[in-house]
Amino acid sequence: MDSENKITSWRNYQKKIADDHYFFVRSCIRQTFFPGSERAFLTIMRDVLGRDVLDDPRHTSCTGIAYHSDVIPLQTIMTVVARHFALMTEAGYSNFLVSCVTSFGIYNEILHMWEHHPEILAETREHLWKATRREFQVPANVVHTSDTIYKFRNEIFAKAKYSLTSRNGESPLRIAEHVGCHYAKIFPDKGEGGAEFPKVLSGMIESWGGEVLDYPERRHCCGFGFRHYVVRENRGYSVANTRKKLESLAPLKPDLILANCPGCTMFMDKWQYTLGEMEGVTFGADGRGIPVLTYEELAGLVLGMDPWELGLQMHQVDVEPVLKKMGIVYAPEKKYLNAGGQYIGKPMVPDYCCL
Amino acid sequence: MSVNPKKRVAVVGAGVAGIAAAVALKRAGVDADVYEKESGPGGHLTRWHALFPGRENAATVLQGFLNEVKENRLDIRTGTLVTDIRKENGLFRVTTGSGECSEYGAVLLANGFRLFDAARKEEYGYGIYPRVITSPDLEKRMEDPATGLLIHNQAPKKVAFVHCVGSRDAKVGNRYCSKVCCISGVKQAIAVREQYPSCEVMNFYMDLRMFGSGFEELYQEAQEKYGINFIRGRVSEAAPTLDGSIQVKAEDTLLGCPLKVTVDWLILLVGMEPGIPGSLHDSLGLERDDAGFAGCRNKFLLPGYSSVDGLFLAGACAGPATIPDSVNQGRAAALSAIHYLNGKV
Amino acid sequence: MNGKNDKWGFHTEKSNLITLDSNDRSLVNILAEQVPSLNSCFFCGSCGATCTASDDGMNFRLVHLLLRRGELQTVNKIIRSCLLCGKCTLVCPRNVDTRAVIYNLKILIHELH
Repeated sequence: MDSENKITSWRNYQKKIADDHYFFVRSCIRQTFFPGSERAFLTIMRDVLGRDVLDDPRHTSCTGIAYHSDVIPLQTIMTVVARHFALMTEAGYSNFLVSCVTSFGIYNEILHMWEHHPEILAETREHLWKATRREFQVPANVVHTSDTIYKFRNEIFAKAKYSLTSRNGESPLRIAEHVGCHYAKIFPDKGEGGAEFPKVLSGMIESWGGEVLDYPERRHCCGFGFRHYVVRENRGYSVANTRKKLESLAPLKPDLILANCPGCTMFMDKWQYTLGEMEGVTFGADGRGIPVLTYEELAGLVLGMDPWELGLQMHQVDVEPVLKKMGIVYAPEKKYLNAGGQYIGKPMVPDYCCL
Repeated sequence: MSVNPKKRVAVVGAGVAGIAAAVALKRAGVDADVYEKESGPGGHLTRWHALFPGRENAATVLQGFLNEVKENRLDIRTGTLVTDIRKENGLFRVTTGSGECSEYGAVLLANGFRLFDAARKEEYGYGIYPRVITSPDLEKRMEDPATGLLIHNQAPKKVAFVHCVGSRDAKVGNRYCSKVCCISGVKQAIAVREQYPSCEVMNFYMDLRMFGSGFEELYQEAQEKYGINFIRGRVSEAAPTLDGSIQVKAEDTLLGCPLKVTVDWLILLVGMEPGIPGSLHDSLGLERDDAGFAGCRNKFLLPGYSSVDGLFLAGACAGPATIPDSVNQGRAAALSAIHYLNGKV
Repeated sequence: MNGKNDKWGFHTEKSNLITLDSNDRSLVNILAEQVPSLNSCFFCGSCGATCTASDDGMNFRLVHLLLRRGELQTVNKIIRSCLLCGKCTLVCPRNVDTRAVIYNLKILIHELH
C-alpha cells in the first residue's frame, strides 16, 4: 500500500475542528451499552486536555433512531434538534460536540436542509417557539467527539502511560477500525479524511503506536441499520451484515476492533455472541471473539485509566486479551464490582467460545 | 524567418494530429512551426504498446509518423511549452515558456488530451493499492514481458477491467464518453489472455460502444476465441485483501444481483480530459463545448473551425478521438488554415 | 427455521450476493467446449423474448448467465420447461446454437445426478 498517496488523499478532507468551548450532546444508547465511554471522554477533555465542555442535563435524544425507523416525522426531529441548538445558544456556546454518529449525521443533514431551504428553518423556529418559547442560533462548528480525540491525539499520547503495542513494545497492536456510515458518507467533507479513507480512527491508532488493518469490507455497514434491527423479525439482515464484516476482517487476525459509532460498537460486539450461539462461528484468536472498543475507551486505556472504571466489563467479548497484550496493570478480581466494591452480577455466558 | 508571418502557421502539439497537420501544410508549401512540450514528437502514441483494433505494434506506427516528420523536414520545437497565444491586428502572437515570441497568420491547435487522473475516483484506490493500475500503466507493463502482470514471477489468475473510469461520470464532472476506452479495454483484455492463457479476464462495463470499423468483430473475437467475461455493471468499490489482491464489488445488472470477486489486478480504463489549458481559452477567447473541449463553430459545416477566426482545431483537443480521427482532422484543419491564409473563408 | 434459531426469533439472512471466488463455474466451460458459439452470446434477450415456453419461466439468456456466474440452484428447474423447439436459435443475432446448448446441458445435468 502506498501510504504517501493515502496521506495525500486524506489531506483533501481536513475539516475544521474547534479548539475549545464545546456544547456536548450525548448518545441515547451508549450510556447503557458502554457506560464509561462518555464519562471518560469528559474526563479526557476537561482534566487531561484542559478544555471547556458543557454537559447540559436538559438535552434529550436527538430521536435519530426513531426518525430513521419512520416513527418520528421530519418536522418533529427538526424541532428537537432546534431545542438542542437553543440550549447551546442560551449557554453562550457555538461549538456543537456530538457523541453519536447517527446524531452527527442528523445535525449535519438538518443544517444542510435549512441552508438550502430557509423556509423550513423559519418553520422550525416557529415550531420551537410555540412549543418552548426558545430561540436559537445555528452552531458555528459541528464536530463528532471522535473528531476532537483525533485532533488532540498527539497531546493525549504525550501524557500516555501505555501505547498500542505489545508489552515489550516490539509489535504494534493490529487494529481493524470501523467508521460509522453517517459519519462521512452523507457529507465526505464533514468527516476527517473523507468517506473512502477516513483518518479519524486510523489517525488515533497510528499516533498511539498501533497498526491499522485495511480489510475488504472496511466501508461496509456494521449491521446496525435502523429499521433493520428495531423489529425483531428484521434482525436477520442486521446480523448477516455484521457477519459479512467479521468474515472479511478475521483473516487479518486483529487484536481488536475500534469503532466511532454507538450502534456499530454495540452490534459488532454483541452480534459476535449471537453468531456464536446461532451458528457456532467465532472470528478471533483461540476460537473466541474479537474485542470491540470505543475510541474513548482506547484513549482511556492509553492514558492509564482503570479498565473497570472505563466500563469494559460491560462488553460482550472479553477485553482481557487486549489488556494483557498492552501490559496494562489491572485487578481481574474487580471486574464485576461496582465503585462501592459490591458485586454487580455477571453474564451467564460471558463469551462464546467455539473450541 | 524571412517569410511574411501572415503566411505562416503555428501548430501547437506534435502528437499524431499535429504531425498530420504539419505534414499537410508542408506538402502544400505553407511554412509551419510545430511546438511540442515534450522532449520528442508522437504525443500519447509514445506511451502505447499495441493499437486497436488490429493490435498493431504502436512503436511501428509511431516510426511511420516519425518518418513523415523526417521526410518532410518538419521543424518541431520539442521541449517548448506554449504559454500564451494572443490575437492582435489579425496576427497570432505565440509565446513560449522561455519567453520567446513569434507571429503567425493562423494557429492550429493540436494539444490533444490529458489522461483522467484515476486517483480522483477514490473508491478504486488508485495510487494507494499497488494492484490497481490504469490502462496506460498496463501498456507500459506489457512492453516488458519480464514485468507484465507477473506476481512473484507467477502469472496472474484473475484480472478485471473497469470501463468508463472518469468518463460518463457526473461525480468527476465528465458526462461525456471518451470513445476509445471500450475498444481499448477489449484489446487489452485479449492481450492479457494471450500473455497469460490460464488467467481469467473480466470486463465490467455499463455499455460497450463498438462504433469503429473492426471494433465489434474484435469484441466478438474476445468472447469467442479468448473467453473474456463481459459483466454488465459498474465496479463500485475496490479494497485490498490480505495478500494484496483486490476485492471488487459490482452489480451484475443483467441478473439484478450484487457480485463480489477477488482479482490479482484491477485495470482502470481511464478516459480523456480536455488538453487545452484554461489560460489559452482565456487569452484567445476560445469557446468550449458542453464537455469542456474546444468547441467548433458548426459541427456539421465547420468542424475544426474554432470560435476564433484563424484558429483551427485537430485531434482530441476538440473532443475524444482515435488516431485515424486525429490524422484526418489534422489534414482537414491544415486545409482550412490554408484557405484562411489565402483569404478564401 | 430450526429449533436453535427459534430462540432468537430471526436467523442470519441469506444474501443474494454472487461470490465469483467460490462459485463453481465449470459447467459453462464444458458447454462452451461442446458448443463454442455459446461464448458469443451478448445477452440481448432475443431468445427469452421469443421462447415458446417463456410463460413457464424458460429463458435462455438467464440460464446462460446463471451458469456463467455459477448460480446453479434454479437452472435445472428453468430448463425443464424447454421444448427444444429451436425458435431461440432462429432469432439469435450472434448465431449461438442455443438449442444445442440446452440439449447438452440437460445431458450434463442428467449425468451429474
